[in-house]
Amino acid sequence: MTDLTKLTIAGARDLLKKGEITARELTEAHIASVEAADALNAYIAKTPELALEQADKADAKIKAGEQKGMTGIPVGIKDLFATKGVHTQACSHILDGFKPEYESTVSQKLWDDGAVMLGKLNMDEFAMGSSNETSFYGPVKNPWRRGDTDTVPGGSSGGSVASVAGFAAMGATASDTGGSIRQPASFTGTFGIKPTYGRCSRYGMVAFASSLDQAGTITRTVRDGAIMLESISGFDAKDSTSVDMAVPNFEAALTGDIRGMKIGIPQEYHLAGMPGEIEALWHQGIEWMKAAGAEVVDINLPHTKYALPTYYIVAPAEASSNLARYDGVRYGLRETVNGGGLVDMYEATRAAGFGDEVKRRIMIGTYVLSAGYYDAYYLKAQKVRQLIANDFKRAFEKVDAILTPTAPSAAFAPGEKSDDPIAMYLNDVFTVPASLAGLPGSSVPVGLDANGLPLGLQILGKPWDEETVFKVSGVMEEAANFTAKPAEWWR
Amino acid sequence: MSDIDKATVAKIARLARIKIEEDKLEALAGELNNILGWVEQLDEVNTDDIQPMSSVVDAKLRWRLDEVTDGDKQESVLKNAPNAEYGFFAVPKVIE
Amino acid sequence: MSNYRIQGAAGDWEVVLGLEVHAQVVSNAKLFSGASTEFGAEPNAQVSLVDAAMPGMLPTINAECIRQAVRTGLALGAQINKFSVFDRKNYFYADLPQGYQISQFKHPIVGEGTVTLDMGDGKTKDVGVERIHLEQDAGKSMHDQHPQLTYVDLNRSGVALMEIVSKPDMRSPEEAGAYLTKLRTILRYIGTCDGNMEQGSMRADVNVSVRKPGDPLGTRCEIKNVNSIRFVRQAIEYEAQRQVDILEEGGVIDQETRLFDPAKGETRSMRSKEEAHDYRYFPDPDLLPVEFDDAFIEAARESLPELPDDKKARFVEELGVSDYNASVLVGEKESCDFFEELLSALAAKTGKPGQKLAAKASNWVMGDLFGALNKASKSVSESPVTAKQGADLLALVEDGTISGRIAKDVFEIMFETGKDAEAIVEEKGLKQVSDTGEIEKIIDEVIAANPGQLEQYRAGKDKLIGFFVGQVMKATGGKANPGMVNQLLKPKLDG
Repeated sequence: MTDLTKLTIAGARDLLKKGEITARELTEAHIASVEAADALNAYIAKTPELALEQADKADAKIKAGEQKGMTGIPVGIKDLFATKGVHTQACSHILDGFKPEYESTVSQKLWDDGAVMLGKLNMDEFAMGSSNETSFYGPVKNPWRRGDTDTVPGGSSGGSVASVAGFAAMGATASDTGGSIRQPASFTGTFGIKPTYGRCSRYGMVAFASSLDQAGTITRTVRDGAIMLESISGFDAKDSTSVDMAVPNFEAALTGDIRGMKIGIPQEYHLAGMPGEIEALWHQGIEWMKAAGAEVVDINLPHTKYALPTYYIVAPAEASSNLARYDGVRYGLRETVNGGGLVDMYEATRAAGFGDEVKRRIMIGTYVLSAGYYDAYYLKAQKVRQLIANDFKRAFEKVDAILTPTAPSAAFAPGEKSDDPIAMYLNDVFTVPASLAGLPGSSVPVGLDANGLPLGLQILGKPWDEETVFKVSGVMEEAANFTAKPAEWWR
Repeated sequence: MSDIDKATVAKIARLARIKIEEDKLEALAGELNNILGWVEQLDEVNTDDIQPMSSVVDAKLRWRLDEVTDGDKQESVLKNAPNAEYGFFAVPKVIE
Repeated sequence: MSNYRIQGAAGDWEVVLGLEVHAQVVSNAKLFSGASTEFGAEPNAQVSLVDAAMPGMLPTINAECIRQAVRTGLALGAQINKFSVFDRKNYFYADLPQGYQISQFKHPIVGEGTVTLDMGDGKTKDVGVERIHLEQDAGKSMHDQHPQLTYVDLNRSGVALMEIVSKPDMRSPEEAGAYLTKLRTILRYIGTCDGNMEQGSMRADVNVSVRKPGDPLGTRCEIKNVNSIRFVRQAIEYEAQRQVDILEEGGVIDQETRLFDPAKGETRSMRSKEEAHDYRYFPDPDLLPVEFDDAFIEAARESLPELPDDKKARFVEELGVSDYNASVLVGEKESCDFFEELLSALAAKTGKPGQKLAAKASNWVMGDLFGALNKASKSVSESPVTAKQGADLLALVEDGTISGRIAKDVFEIMFETGKDAEAIVEEKGLKQVSDTGEIEKIIDEVIAANPGQLEQYRAGKDKLIGFFVGQVMKATGGKANPGMVNQLLKPKLDG
């Protein structure tokens, strides 16, 4: 029964083409595995009827010879993306009951290609988090455990990675603002890719930090990621920050040949106190690159250490403004106060509707934009951001791709980092710089730590050069030969 | 540089239209000060001749033709409203 | 230099005024969404999901709004900024769905310019414009439809506004009124705003402060959303006096926002205990800066019609129209369009140059035509008599076919029926009699019929010539060419 759920997208595509399986069969198998994965709490809304309808349409498409890469492929959609008539709340209480009358461009592209929606995936509330512990729907459990201890799947795309790692989806959409695709991919042994800022449309994506948010994918292999990312990429006139660049055939970039390529190793990513296993894995990755014929070059990204504080000024500032529309007037939760007026309604609604982390970030964001502080915080941060982007620009004059660890640790236990927000923020130390510079980046699963938990390596590319990112990722994937699977304790 | 006190937290909460209970203000001030103290390390960076990043996208703003292509969907607009009456959004009055 | 002063107990006070005008841009769709801007639709029927600030919605800019702002800047002789930025102005209100207004703060699309006021008697005064920027209009909140609830309509939310900020160069209610009048005329001329203050497509915020002449600027109060020029003048009068009264009693002016109550003729404070807004402006990350080149600006410049001041100067200097007539005609584009069309057709028909006809034509337009239109409560665009028809009528007078007196009667019929002058003259046989032989014959008959009056005239009662003229006119049914009658009658009377 679960055989079909162990297929890759590329493998399923092949069997569908040959007629050896139908989309309906594939979907039925996944509907069952979604049901069986409740313990992971990856799905917060399931859409089995819709899925079967879409599967039937996909079968018709395949018969008519119109099969695309994602046709008939069952996927999960992060709750951040608007899905018409279906639960869309960014896992927040403040969007209670909201069912949009519109579809996000990213998900629409998948449906146009004939993909199948299994349901909406759990996430950190409003994408603010690195462990999926802030969701209104409760935490997501990582399919990978430390012995018998639960671990977090990373965040904010916790549901996306858990569903894919748990074989309850063949792929999942996700979003990355400071690392929310790459870090959870690393925690769950999956492949995550965040494209160049502007590659995917943000129309219909619940906005967190507009200048950083990007849609991306979680899959089990690099090839699957190439297929799925191509499906969701493309210029959208409805998004003013969407860029009119042709979408290459990402799969065609998987030549396996990186001879002569220059891979940069940023010295500033060697962190004091970083677990020895991660340093070791990074070294291992370097060796694999050399073995594949690439030249490994030390580079400097001098402003690296300032990336996190920069991010935690810019992102909350934009978020404080983007989340002002959640006010109880036109949709979602409304809390009125007896004998109170409009302002009381705003204050009560937003107090009841937002979780603690969201409130904290709104407060920080409001403060750093406020009169007297704008120059010292927001303006300063945008200048440092420019310096960080300049660092990468300079580095990419010398190298074609950059290799770093994805996260400073493997998955940790729930609650372990909840006492100090900054401890949680440090999860994104390696991923945030590329977000600030708008660069494409992936996380490739490469090994397990001593506790049996997955570790990933991050590959960054030049703007619009996802092809190099895929190419290098593909080589890394092959060299690492990461075949470990989590024990299916959740069934 | 920053030392947010209870009064400032209350003011920020007001600006952000989020009700924070009186007994929570102190703790929240502590949390915010913690974070702000951490981000203040940016002061170390010399940004004298640097322009703030206006956009990470290296492209021009695209202009749309002046055509009516949208609207005329009152039902959709009001569909998710907590309270809609006679085609309007209904909200509690502002109390002066 | 204005002499307007508020008289105080110990000396006079000068009033310093600045105006911020919000002008709705003429365009089909809104500034950042494709919903319609038309007035008067069902509530929330002209709202896109972007206007309603649904989760994940994004702004896209309307090219025409950019062009209209540039055209307005050019019409005010202002600096056009080829690079400008949209910022978010953050605050909460039920008719502001996003919780922020997309506006322009540090880098507006238009810089400094000038509005030349017509103060009457050919006098002018230049008032500086500080800047013009584009921003979104808010929706409408209705507080009086329900005891506990406010009803919100977002149709207006997102419509493009130009905020035109003057320098504090005005010193009297008259100057403020003249500024608004001129600005409105210009905007209507170039078609960037219809200037309809009652409908709210043009609104004025008035900044008022007072000081003793020569002193530094006093604290100002802002009177928001005044929606008629008359109310602006009244509000200034009241507010300036209010401030003087406070200051003379040793008090201090609180810088605040106020509203004008037309019923009471007073201003009152808008915010009770509200703290000053902290708008937390920052560049909108959903947009990129607006950029365009010189070619775009030149194309916009070429699209402008002749502006009121230039047109007036041309009417006076080249066409010989009086200063007063020119001012009135130029006040509304449809009036001067009508006049120019008429003049052009008249010149073509008579073969005479415009300069020879303009004064008469302008008098006719302003006297006869406007008189009739006012009486029928019609605007120039609703005139039952077209410019061409007016030209035909005046041509008949020019070539002597009918007299000026008869022309007035013909016009009345034209106005009622919409028929052409020639047709009416033909139908009613109103052609002027200019045949000298015929007139002489009638003069002879009249003289013969009135021997008594003839004797009296010859005895010295010169005034009786009027009697004879009247008799000749009567005998010809009013159609005798008056000039000719006068010419031929006198010698015959004199004998």
